[in-house]
Amino acid sequence: MKNYEKDGILTIKDLSLPTDEQLKKGVALIECVQEIPCNPCVDSCPVGAISMKDINAPPVVDYDKCIACGKCIGVCPGLAIFVIKIKNDKALVSIPYEFLPVPAKGDTVKALNRKGKIVSDAIVQRVIKKGKTMIITIEVEKDLYNDIRNIRV
Amino acid sequence: MRVNGVPNVRTCIAPLKEDVHVEMQDKFANLPDADFKENLKKKIDVDILIVGAGPAGLCASIEAASQGASVLLVDENLKVGGQLVKQTHKFFGSKHEKAGTRGINIAVDLKKQLGEFEKSGKIQLMLNSTVIGYYESDKKTHKFAMVERKDYDTFLFEIDCKAVVFAVGAMENMLLFPGNDLPGVYGAGAVQTLMNVYGVKPGDNVLMVGAGNVGLIVSYQLLQAGINVDRVVEAAPFIGGYHVHAAKLRRCGVPIYTSHSIKEVYGKDKVEGVVVVSLDKNWQPIPGTEEKVKCDTICLAVGLTPSTRLLSQAGVEMEFIPEAGGYVALHDESMMTVKKGVFVSGDSSGIEEASTAMIEGKIAGVSAAYMLGYDKNALKLKKEFIEEIKRLRAGPFGKKPRDAKNKINKLLEEKQ
Repeated sequence: MKNYEKDGILTIKDLSLPTDEQLKKGVALIECVQEIPCNPCVDSCPVGAISMKDINAPPVVDYDKCIACGKCIGVCPGLAIFVIKIKNDKALVSIPYEFLPVPAKGDTVKALNRKGKIVSDAIVQRVIKKGKTMIITIEVEKDLYNDIRNIRV
Repeated sequence: MRVNGVPNVRTCIAPLKEDVHVEMQDKFANLPDADFKENLKKKIDVDILIVGAGPAGLCASIEAASQGASVLLVDENLKVGGQLVKQTHKFFGSKHEKAGTRGINIAVDLKKQLGEFEKSGKIQLMLNSTVIGYYESDKKTHKFAMVERKDYDTFLFEIDCKAVVFAVGAMENMLLFPGNDLPGVYGAGAVQTLMNVYGVKPGDNVLMVGAGNVGLIVSYQLLQAGINVDRVVEAAPFIGGYHVHAAKLRRCGVPIYTSHSIKEVYGKDKVEGVVVVSLDKNWQPIPGTEEKVKCDTICLAVGLTPSTRLLSQAGVEMEFIPEAGGYVALHDESMMTVKKGVFVSGDSSGIEEASTAMIEGKIAGVSAAYMLGYDKNALKLKKEFIEEIKRLRAGPFGKKPRDAKNKINKLLEEKQ
């Protein structure tokens, strides 16, 4: 049994991480590791960077092809897709968000890890309201890019 | 409750009006013969009766009518959609099952398609109506009694149909523990209905029992409604639902305790708290691990049981299939039971997901129409639907329904 099946938390071991170069360019990280029958992310990708062997297979992102457009974030029923872009010593993390109130660009919010613990403050860089899953992009310290997965307004 | 002199009115769901006389009814009611005599029994003849307008029943109706059959679709609720009307989350699957669309919006889409067939007269929809019994008839038709409620009056109908599709869904399971009758102990589905359909907050601080998809999804929706979820406890040593649903809760700060259950719920007149306990490898409580947790609401998400009472009355072959959630009617790949013209679909044919319920409904609808000689492209569609459902069930999360359907097929072969 994998640990995440007990506690619901993924670790680095469960994920295939992009290189520093790919992170600078910006990539989608898909935290969907189980074989569940679902594939809207594949259909949403405008450059064909997401693939699946069959509908039950976990998605695989070609980090070189990915253009970090974030189209997949809003379609994923599991809210399991995040887009990361490293800019100098900061990381821009785009997160699917379905709560009220909605933060505004420039707001300072709390940045939470996969356990829901507050790790740092973050500044909201962009808010996309398309449908009921909003996409919030926040700026945090670069080394937190693989920890921050939620915000609290 | 008695309303305007009419007994057995479900006042919890009947809309309230001015100048209505509501009385307590603390004994069995006399059958109000007089009312039925004044409102004479009406007859409806139709090709296919479809019982239940949830995802399976709606899809069955649309497919059957598309092939050319006349359909009567009956549901006891005031609007169509079944459980879809409270499912505010996005569905999984492929674009064929409207993946990425929220359940509530799928209900709107299906209702729109239904409306087209209502306009053309191919589908007659009767809401606030209950099919109450199966009766003897000649060999060519199936006969049912149905009551329609209008305001506080009840009207009796006799339905003759050549085929019937049962898409009646399922009931939530209960757990046995001291205090399970205290106000504040709910089924997770009931809480979802209160919040997402009626806009009623069930409580302020919830403990969820069960980390299957229902428990995880409803916990997340409680958070969205601004309600605190203290924790999720799960008796199994692992999270039964999708990891992505568990991850959504965890990153909001909700802990999930596997190998944990509740020992008892305490409180004077309502839930004031709960005693949580660790379980050992044999699912037995470990003495000394009891922990008191204060909360005002307990949500039970511990599985569903197919609703089959009307179906078993219709004289089909029933078997207890644990993987299907209880007693289900034996049925073939076309969703037909051992009784010719009697079809099943959705949760009432074995507990599964709404996506597969929709496809099962399509298979049942198209098969029923084909059996009656309505065939535009019935066999081609049926083949496609069967392939689609096999694809969805191919993964590890499809194992339970796959096993259930295999057992059902095997038992059916033995009977025939």
